[in-house]
Amino acid sequence: MRYEAVIGLEIHAQLRTKTKIFCGCSTEFGSEPNSQTCPVCIGMPGVLPVLNKRVVEFAIKTGLAMNCRISPYSRFARKNYFYPDLPKGYQISQYELPICEHGYVDIVVDGVKRRIGITRIHMEEDAGKNIHERDCSLVDLNRTGVPLLEIVTEPDIRSPKEASAFMRKLRTILRYLEVCDGNMEQGSLRCDANVSLRPEGSEEFGTKTEIKNINSFRFVEKALEYEIKRQEKVLSEGGTIVQETRLWDSERGVTFSMRSKEEAHDYRYFPEPDLVPLVVKEDWIEEIKSSMPELPDEKLKKYTEEFGLPQYDAELLTEERPIAEWFEEAVRLGGAPKEVSNWMMTELLRLLNENNIEIISCRVTPEHLVKIIKLIEEGKISRNIGKKVFADVFQTGKDPEEIVKEKGLVQISDTSELQRLVEEVLKNNPKEVERYRGGEQKLLGFFVGQVMKASKGKANPKAVNELLRKKLSS
Amino acid sequence: MKISRADVEHIAMLARLKLTEEEKDTYSEQLSKILDYIDKLNQLDTTDVEPTSHVLQITNVFRDDEPAKSLPTDKALKNAPDRKDNFYRVPRIIE
Repeated sequence: MRYEAVIGLEIHAQLRTKTKIFCGCSTEFGSEPNSQTCPVCIGMPGVLPVLNKRVVEFAIKTGLAMNCRISPYSRFARKNYFYPDLPKGYQISQYELPICEHGYVDIVVDGVKRRIGITRIHMEEDAGKNIHERDCSLVDLNRTGVPLLEIVTEPDIRSPKEASAFMRKLRTILRYLEVCDGNMEQGSLRCDANVSLRPEGSEEFGTKTEIKNINSFRFVEKALEYEIKRQEKVLSEGGTIVQETRLWDSERGVTFSMRSKEEAHDYRYFPEPDLVPLVVKEDWIEEIKSSMPELPDEKLKKYTEEFGLPQYDAELLTEERPIAEWFEEAVRLGGAPKEVSNWMMTELLRLLNENNIEIISCRVTPEHLVKIIKLIEEGKISRNIGKKVFADVFQTGKDPEEIVKEKGLVQISDTSELQRLVEEVLKNNPKEVERYRGGEQKLLGFFVGQVMKASKGKANPKAVNELLRKKLSS
Repeated sequence: MKISRADVEHIAMLARLKLTEEEKDTYSEQLSKILDYIDKLNQLDTTDVEPTSHVLQITNVFRDDEPAKSLPTDKALKNAPDRKDNFYRVPRIIE
């Protein structure tokens, strides 16, 4: 029997606020253990949580970007359970009335557009961090109370590839909005997956398992592939799937059952009495909407339709907002979109990658690139020299025109100078000249190369070509 | 509403309470009575009454995203039953 996978994701995104969700402790990552806690976040008796307004703004922003309905009225709830990283014995979360519901995110997989429903987005506090030693566990509560958004999708995802594409898209959106830095390895973006199989064509859901601990983009696909194969094997051998939580082990490349001592989850949610309800009026939503940047989907549409870029270019350039903005600035300054895109995709992104530099701290500005393109168009430098100038600007941040002038890179289009170079090359290579005249036309490339070399790349290749043809046929 | 011994045992487990056999019987009876009493509220007609989620009539109490001072680590760890370096030390959680 052929099976179809049904996948739903539950994502936790750490918000990039300065302080925690209910107290003024810093959220900075990597500080000394237990140096960023206070009576509120470590659950001392008699303290009162007060909601960080920016968390609500970030939640609304995210909801809008994911086409959600923003609830005019929402509230917080207590989720009760015991664990050493949860000092209060409950987590403040949202339950019946989350801040965002009924949204969607579009993804494109193998050229096919798929719409993935967003069930809900809610705000909650993070728990602390446990380190397990041989004879004990150590608890650091710095992360306790760091604001999280929990984003839950509909079971609309049908393959590991779609799940991975969704996670990338989600990360892109969160980074555009500057609400989360989207680092799965550092845990600021976490993903749990619910997976079940059903016979192809069936509408009913099979029994699902929940996969936790997927801590990199690469593993989203791998963990799901493994789990689907595992379930397929169990079902095809006549077995049944046990509903359980499984952990992804990236070293062994398997998921394994997390045998938990905790009995069936019974969180006994109830409205959080320490926090008053949250009312979001239309004007607040409008205010937030107007502060939002253009999102990747809109940019993609603009790049392909208005700028005429291929889908591939557009996708690559819109993945990160600073890159998209760099591109748009270069186009605004007069660079032809496809030309700018080519330079960025080959030279710029390669150099950034090789030097491990973010585009925001890169020394080449859009203005520099437009100048280089112009120098080439005007025939002042060759394309190859252009690339060298680009690399030079990347290192030094100097003006391209100055570099060309300083290093004497101006293209030689002056015929008498070129004539001299051409004649020299022909004189030094009599055998090749003979062979060319004997019919080996493809040797023209060899001569062009020699002239370019003799001119240290400065000769105008087009002029060299013409001159060579003329000389060789005479 | 009848709260069985099994219910009492479940609730006690969730609250990490150790109860004697005698206590389980007592609480089973007492909790049943309390719930029966609370059940009186259901006799009220609340058709047009909005559900109350909070006793106060205020909404939207916020703080700005401005850092405040945290506790010094030693002070934060002062009530901890056990510590190791700057961590809380607890029995090993996972097997």
